Amino acid sequence: MMEHVPLNFPFLAAALLVGISFYILIFKRNLIKLIMGIGMLASGVNLFLVALGYRTGGNAPIYTDVPEGPMVLPVPQALTLTSIVINVAVLALMLTMVILIYRHTGNIDSKKSRILKG
Amino acid sequence: MLSKIVRTVANQLILFILIFGLYVIVHGHLTPGGGFQGGAVIVSGVVMLLVAFNSQELKKSLRERTLSIMESSGALIFIGLAFAGIGIVFFYNFLVGTPIFGRIPVTGPNPGDIWTGGVIPLMNLAVGLKVVAGLSAVVLAMALFSSGEEIEE
Amino acid sequence: MDKLLIHSPILIIVIPLVVAFLTPLIGRAGGKARNVLVVASLAFVEFLVIILARDIYLNGIHIYTLGATSPALALPGGAMVPIRIILEVDGMSIFMGIIWATVSLAAAIFSLSHMARETGQTRFYTLLLLMVAGCFGMIFTGDLFNLFVFLEIASISGAALIAFRTRFADAVEGGFKYIVISAVAGLIFLFAVGLLYGQYNSLNIGYLAHVMQYSTLDKIALTLFLVALTIKTGMVPLHMWYPDSYTVAPANITAMLVITSHACMYAVFRVCFTLYGITLDPATVGWIIVIIGLLTMFVGVTMAVFQTDVMRFMSYHAISQMGYMWMGVGVGLAVLGNPGALATYGKAAISGGIFHILNHAMYKPLLFMTAGALFHRTGTRDLNKMGGLGHNMKFTLILYIIGTLSIAGIPPLNGFASKFLIYESVYQFNPVLAVVAMLVSIITLASFTKAFQSAFTGPQLPEYKDVKEVPKPMLIGMGILAAGIIFTSIFPGLVLEHIVYPATDALINQAAYVNGIMGGMP
Repeated sequence: MMEHVPLNFPFLAAALLVGISFYILIFKRNLIKLIMGIGMLASGVNLFLVALGYRTGGNAPIYTDVPEGPMVLPVPQALTLTSIVINVAVLALMLTMVILIYRHTGNIDSKKSRILKG
Repeated sequence: MLSKIVRTVANQLILFILIFGLYVIVHGHLTPGGGFQGGAVIVSGVVMLLVAFNSQELKKSLRERTLSIMESSGALIFIGLAFAGIGIVFFYNFLVGTPIFGRIPVTGPNPGDIWTGGVIPLMNLAVGLKVVAGLSAVVLAMALFSSGEEIEE
Repeated sequence: MDKLLIHSPILIIVIPLVVAFLTPLIGRAGGKARNVLVVASLAFVEFLVIILARDIYLNGIHIYTLGATSPALALPGGAMVPIRIILEVDGMSIFMGIIWATVSLAAAIFSLSHMARETGQTRFYTLLLLMVAGCFGMIFTGDLFNLFVFLEIASISGAALIAFRTRFADAVEGGFKYIVISAVAGLIFLFAVGLLYGQYNSLNIGYLAHVMQYSTLDKIALTLFLVALTIKTGMVPLHMWYPDSYTVAPANITAMLVITSHACMYAVFRVCFTLYGITLDPATVGWIIVIIGLLTMFVGVTMAVFQTDVMRFMSYHAISQMGYMWMGVGVGLAVLGNPGALATYGKAAISGGIFHILNHAMYKPLLFMTAGALFHRTGTRDLNKMGGLGHNMKFTLILYIIGTLSIAGIPPLNGFASKFLIYESVYQFNPVLAVVAMLVSIITLASFTKAFQSAFTGPQLPEYKDVKEVPKPMLIGMGILAAGIIFTSIFPGLVLEHIVYPATDALINQAAYVNGIMGGMP
């Protein structure tokens, strides 16, 4: 079944995720939906990075009890791990700020809770 | 506070989650895992406790002062291990060849040997300590925020 | 002393990190011990930057490999590709390093009394030191992914510092905008880094410059880099978040955030001059950068004229002055492929832009800190409510006048020297640009005079009758920057020759950067 899937399927999926997340960031007004959009952008970029390292028929890049054959590249997996950690910190910070904005202004619609203008 | 069945099961399950998290942290140089991943597993156990019990109850066991000291010492142990090789270069792996974690592994596929790796398993433990302290403080603070009080200095 | 010099690039990044995590432990012993520790560590970092700068101006590029058997070993055992994370410090990096060390020391001393009324000061100093470490990492690194990681560290701690005074609702909103914009810009940057890694299988800037062929994927990567860094620097048309975030932060944090956006601008220059070099199309990319700079200058100053909030007014001027730097360096990039024009006016344009970075980094934080001093004593930022404060706050008045004359480009202060260099060289490229730049300068002077008149002159208002001068640590912090301005005004030739021209040569000379890593390989 795997032979019928085209080889750049992961890249198409990453591009779709990034596209949907830009649509959310531009057109949605609810602050929690904005944060979900940023999470989706992060998932798209992480998928792109991991898919860069794939080699056909490769195994996981660890030496403990590995079967014979080629291995996928390990460096993009390290980059993706660092990116996931950074995004956890950023999402935690954004969610805390939304809690504080709700406490000050009472709603989380970005048009109604704006104070800074001009 | 959920019902008695949930609280009892949560009390028993946290032990297994803790052991699994520590396994993932310590075997970071052999199998997929390491400091952040094992720390995140342990924090998911803490979140399970937070859901089963009240956040006020959990605040009595996980005091803010303890978490702050744990977090700072995790970071300082990590940078201290990196500084210990400064005689040659920063981050130099000075434990290769010594009896502590210093065996040289065979090249090629092998059943993994835990006493290899040099300074890397110790750094994994430091990072795991920091991640557990940091993420549980974040989760606890958000739960307390939503119920209407704050952690003061 | 020699050992300290060899290890100094990594020590400059790691010492603020160590002290940031020591501060919660020492803060339990009392506030005074923590304050002394923070200021002493920043002073030590300044000392290390100065000895590293002296060595680089004498001996050339300084590299440091993390984890190898010797600090300068980039290609171990006959390898063809550099491995491990490598820090590479050349003339342009150490130029930004000198600026950042001085401004963060002044801002930390300023915050000793400005933040004295807040609770949770230990966390404030931890975040401040994390931002210092993050920005130093961004400036000194020679590796693209390391640049992304330190960019995110600086953004996260910057956003937490903007929203630090959580009792003000607009502060939290400004911090939220900052972190959303920074997260999106960082992820676009990571996408471009992934594109380059997939093609050339390396992340090192020197090695990528060596093997770069300008294919279609590289053009897409260059566009994504420029978009991500344009968002982070606050250039028009992606500048909407900049005034909102920089208005509501504590005044010394705004001073440090301005230098952080300078560091993102340094990243743009690294990507355009060193990573791509001659292989990109200099005329097109140079003109794009010049047009962005021109729009920014003009839009910034026209939006600033009618503001009533003093910090928002200064943020728009900060946007406008950054346009000068982009225009100067963009003219230099546009003639990069043309050696005759480069020697005649290209080098002067790049030097003017870089000298303007130095001047801006001295007078803009000073102006923000005077606005912070006004807020500290009167409790408001609205210019319509202030008046007649010149009678009570004499030192703040003098410092504000020095800052205003500098930003408007009045001789004999240093703003005039850098703006004159830019006017001269840009006029030979295209006369329209120089005329617009002079017009912007005149409007800048007009708007600052209006602000001066509403805040400081006039009769003394009854509610500000017993306003005293600001406390000593704030005056010392502002005084450090004012001393720098006066020194640069009296000896501009000295500063140009010893600090600015080495930075210009380091930017134009891509081969020296690559040789620092590849060590003479063909």
